[in-house]
Amino acid sequence: MADFQVNKTIAEINQKIKDGEAVVVTAEEMIGIAREVGPVEAARKVDVVTTGTFGIMCSSGAFLNFGHTKPRIRASKVFLNGVEAYAGVAAVDCYIGVTQTREDDPLNKVFPGRFRYGGGHVIEDLVAGREIQVTAKSYGTDCYPRRSYEVTMTLKDFPNAWLLNPRNAYQNYNCAVNFSKKTIYTYMGILRPDCMNANYSTSGQLSPLLNDPYYQTIGIGTRIFLGGGVGYVIGAGTQHNPGVRRSENGVVMGGAGTIAVRGDLNGMSAKYLRGASMTGYGTSMNVGIGIPIPILNEELARRTGVSDDEIQVPVVEYGLDYPDGGGSPITYVTYGQLRSGEIEVDGRKVTTAPLSSYAVALEICETLKSWIKSGSFLLGEPQETLPSVPR
Amino acid sequence: MKSDNVLLIFKSNIMYKPVIYRLARDFDLIFNILEAKILPRREGRILLELRGDQGQIDQGIKFLEEHEVVVERLADKVWREEDRCVHCGACTGLCPTHALSITSPNMRVAFDVTKCVACGMCGLACPFGAMRDITLFDPFAEGRTGQQYQ
Ligand code: SF4
Ligand code: SF4
Repeated sequence: MADFQVNKTIAEINQKIKDGEAVVVTAEEMIGIAREVGPVEAARKVDVVTTGTFGIMCSSGAFLNFGHTKPRIRASKVFLNGVEAYAGVAAVDCYIGVTQTREDDPLNKVFPGRFRYGGGHVIEDLVAGREIQVTAKSYGTDCYPRRSYEVTMTLKDFPNAWLLNPRNAYQNYNCAVNFSKKTIYTYMGILRPDCMNANYSTSGQLSPLLNDPYYQTIGIGTRIFLGGGVGYVIGAGTQHNPGVRRSENGVVMGGAGTIAVRGDLNGMSAKYLRGASMTGYGTSMNVGIGIPIPILNEELARRTGVSDDEIQVPVVEYGLDYPDGGGSPITYVTYGQLRSGEIEVDGRKVTTAPLSSYAVALEICETLKSWIKSGSFLLGEPQETLPSVPR
Repeated sequence: MKSDNVLLIFKSNIMYKPVIYRLARDFDLIFNILEAKILPRREGRILLELRGDQGQIDQGIKFLEEHEVVVERLADKVWREEDRCVHCGACTGLCPTHALSITSPNMRVAFDVTKCVACGMCGLACPFGAMRDITLFDPFAEGRTGQQYQ
């Protein structure tokens, strides 16, 4: 353990939150503070930095229990508004994934397909309080004789409804371009031929894992803003890879860490859980996540003070290279350059556009900040931090 | 000086009638052809930017309508569903006229309908269906006659 001039614990910060004395700032505000007074002074001054992101997160879904029926059913197929939910679990449990499309969706038969409704939209409808149609089928057993069931339900009718996302909040990600001769429709949006535009995701300097690049404070049990309500990190997400190349400031130079999260859908809002339709690709959902980073020492103050200009993003070609299983960076740019609206790739000027909403990410930072300031949101002590690499 | 983008639809009976030049001669309007297409033996469509005083623009449009040209002002027809827009910016990289652009410092996406040429790219790019009216998008699609669709 390095020797720090500032040493705080999460318990101490929580006490300050309870006493209404904690100093909470957003990741954007922290950049200015760290620059102005330096990391040591910033660590003395600031207790918590709030981060946020609102992007398309395909590895998301909800576990629902729709309640036992009379007579009983052990549902083997479940559809919610025509979208299939996985029912290979106990009787009336199912998991609706956000990329699941409607049974009758034309998909890409007329290219590019529009994918107007899918699992993400079902979840949005639920948290918005709208009615959804639940259809279940079964083969019937002695203990669960019923073979079919159909009912209209709203969120409050479900005995249990949790958002349960196996991979969210990717720490950094690719910037996508297309070198092929035709327009392509991808999960990174629409990419015009001959590298005419570039799309990037993540909220950069506001992004949760980019503010704690070695996951020193994030792990199972970290309490977070999730979809407008309260949720928890339940461990590393799938594909979590701390070993990705890092720049001198320790920030990863590509997709690296991820988190798995859980939270009760009750209390979440359709503003922060939004069904998404990616033309030519499929359905998904935008998820709003905000993680509070406790500033335990000057190292964390320095890391949360990192700005868009100091975060490197790999530019990856999606026309030929990525689909083939490649994806090596052509070059690196910074979020600062991406946000300017134009980058240079191979000597060409390329228009850039974000897919992840910085505006909503900022709102999430502010909301989380007000929750903590009001004393209603205490920091969760991680029982085990995410797997990391030596600093 | 005001600027308005309008879609003019010339039915086959008036397709070859010279009327547009009179916008400049009689109404002192500056017009800029953004896009034009003739669907053989059926109708012609011109997407026009009109610049002038509001009064002159209104009179010019009235004149066109008197000559049986169907005129649709894009500003009345194309809009953004504000509560569906999450200000992500996904549409901004594809908008050819910068009608959609990210504003500083709050990073929200502004929509300036006076710059819109109804190309339809944002309708394809927006994951949340915020850009409407989709029916007007692709104004050069076959079968469009000018009446409002539901
Ligand atoms: S239709 Fe959309 S993309 Fe095309 S010019 Fe108008 S705002 Fe821009
Ligand atoms: S893509 Fe849609 S949601 Fe995103 S900024 Fe454009 S209109 Fe708004």
